[in-house]
Amino acid sequence: MIRVENLTKRYGRVAAVDDVTFTVPAGSVTGFLGPNGAGKSTVMRMLTGLTPPTSGRATVLGRDYRDLVNPGSRVGVMLDASAQHPGRTGREALTLAALTVGVPRTRVEEVLHLVGLTDDEAGRRVRTYSLGMRQRLGLAGAFLGEPEVLVLDEPANGLDPQGIHWMRTLLRDFADRGGAVLLSSHLLHEVQVVADEIVVIGRGKIVASGSMAELVAGSGSRARSEDDGALAVALEAAGHHATLTPDGVVVDAEPAVVGRAALAAGVVVTDLRPHGAQGLEELFLRLTADDAREVAA
Amino acid sequence: MSTATQAPAPLRPEPSVEAASGRPGVPFTRLVRVELRKLVDTRAGRWLGVVTGGIAVVAVVAFLVWGEAADATFEGLLGIATLPLVVLLPVLGIMTATAEWSQRTGLVTFALEPHRGRVVLAKLLAAVVLGLAVVAVSVAAVALAHLVGSLARDVPTAWGVPTGLALGLVLALVVYLVQGVAFGLVFLNTPVAIVASLLLPTVFSIVTSLVDGFERVAAWIDLSRVTEPLTAGTMAGQDWAHLATASLVWLGVPLAVGTWRVVTKEIA
Repeated sequence: MIRVENLTKRYGRVAAVDDVTFTVPAGSVTGFLGPNGAGKSTVMRMLTGLTPPTSGRATVLGRDYRDLVNPGSRVGVMLDASAQHPGRTGREALTLAALTVGVPRTRVEEVLHLVGLTDDEAGRRVRTYSLGMRQRLGLAGAFLGEPEVLVLDEPANGLDPQGIHWMRTLLRDFADRGGAVLLSSHLLHEVQVVADEIVVIGRGKIVASGSMAELVAGSGSRARSEDDGALAVALEAAGHHATLTPDGVVVDAEPAVVGRAALAAGVVVTDLRPHGAQGLEELFLRLTADDAREVAA
Repeated sequence: MSTATQAPAPLRPEPSVEAASGRPGVPFTRLVRVELRKLVDTRAGRWLGVVTGGIAVVAVVAFLVWGEAADATFEGLLGIATLPLVVLLPVLGIMTATAEWSQRTGLVTFALEPHRGRVVLAKLLAAVVLGLAVVAVSVAAVALAHLVGSLARDVPTAWGVPTGLALGLVLALVVYLVQGVAFGLVFLNTPVAIVASLLLPTVFSIVTSLVDGFERVAAWIDLSRVTEPLTAGTMAGQDWAHLATASLVWLGVPLAVGTWRVVTKEIA
């Protein structure tokens, strides 16, 4: 339902987004993961017609966003929860959006209820809102037009763990009814909780993508041994990507492969296990660390 | 995926008529309504309206109390009530144009209507509608003050205002209001736009009065000068041509530049 093809955005000579391609199918919650400044927001702004791409194309529901009839009724967009007039009440901000999209006022009360903003809170000026409340207001705005697609930039930012789980239920339910969700985050654990597909972006380029299961499985294993250095060298020699960490060698290969490499190298392994949820974390850290090094170089 | 092969999304089993057909974007009347509401749903917007109307009333009352009785005609009072509007309506116009940028609400507005030129047009119309409403309220207040004043002085209430003058006053106010919108669009920043809209025409007037050769040019493009016959109700043949050229320079050009900026600018 969202298709991004070879999308590129250059500012001068800097490529903020570099040849990004991915799709978000119906029924999926796709997490768009990357460190701050990786280009996530730029991709989302290009997707919603707010930033013209340098090259490439992004379509939503088969069309350029600008060509959608009444886009607010097809695509729910929240790009910055703080981008609300501080002098308006939450209810007024939603009422303006409701008038634009053309949904009845009763829908405003429905989405307020949906995101758990009380009547009292809705009547307060946005100036007094906490970040978490602003996020809920932004989500309410995204759901207002009963869209088929949601594009949410850092929606979990400012939500407490309970709030993140609540959002997971909300988005999961939306996707299960056939909707497509693209949400960004710079925090892996948020994405792990909420998304089932992941696109990882670093310095404008996609560095990994796939289902959560694939990425975790593909991220290999961790080994401790009597000589981590030698084991890492042996694994690298075997064509694997091995990283020395204080907690052992992290490698993008199955435990059995690591065991064989250790046997061949004559290194005594003391601990060898596949990565669980932490695997993606290390993948993410490694990817972002690579980027950080490139930036420094 | 292409829309042709896609089954209707379960979320919307029956797409609304509007979503199924029609031109991209949001119906224009809805945009104008929303922009009009935005002008009055914040304290800043409401107070600007209240202050604008209030100052006009205060000016008239002060004049009735302390002014020369002979000048206290309905026409004279209208002229006085217009003075604060000349200053404040452009500010209303500027704030209409800059609001999306000073509060970053453009992220929401332009996501809901990606055709930004239509939003600009809706804002322009909304500002004019609200401006006319403020003028109407001011005129009503002046009429009331005039009635009370003449009753208090025990003189017959005379309502005579030449139609040309009345229309000229309103048109002049709309011109200044639209100029405010245009400057707001060019700078997309409230304080800068206000300062520029106050300074630039003044600087222009000074420069043209200092430099001899500019004198003839100024007659065609000095906005404050070409609106003088308008507010005096003495518009004649060439005055309209003067008004047209000056409006082109001070309204048309900034409107075009500003709209181009809004349409092409990256919304972040």
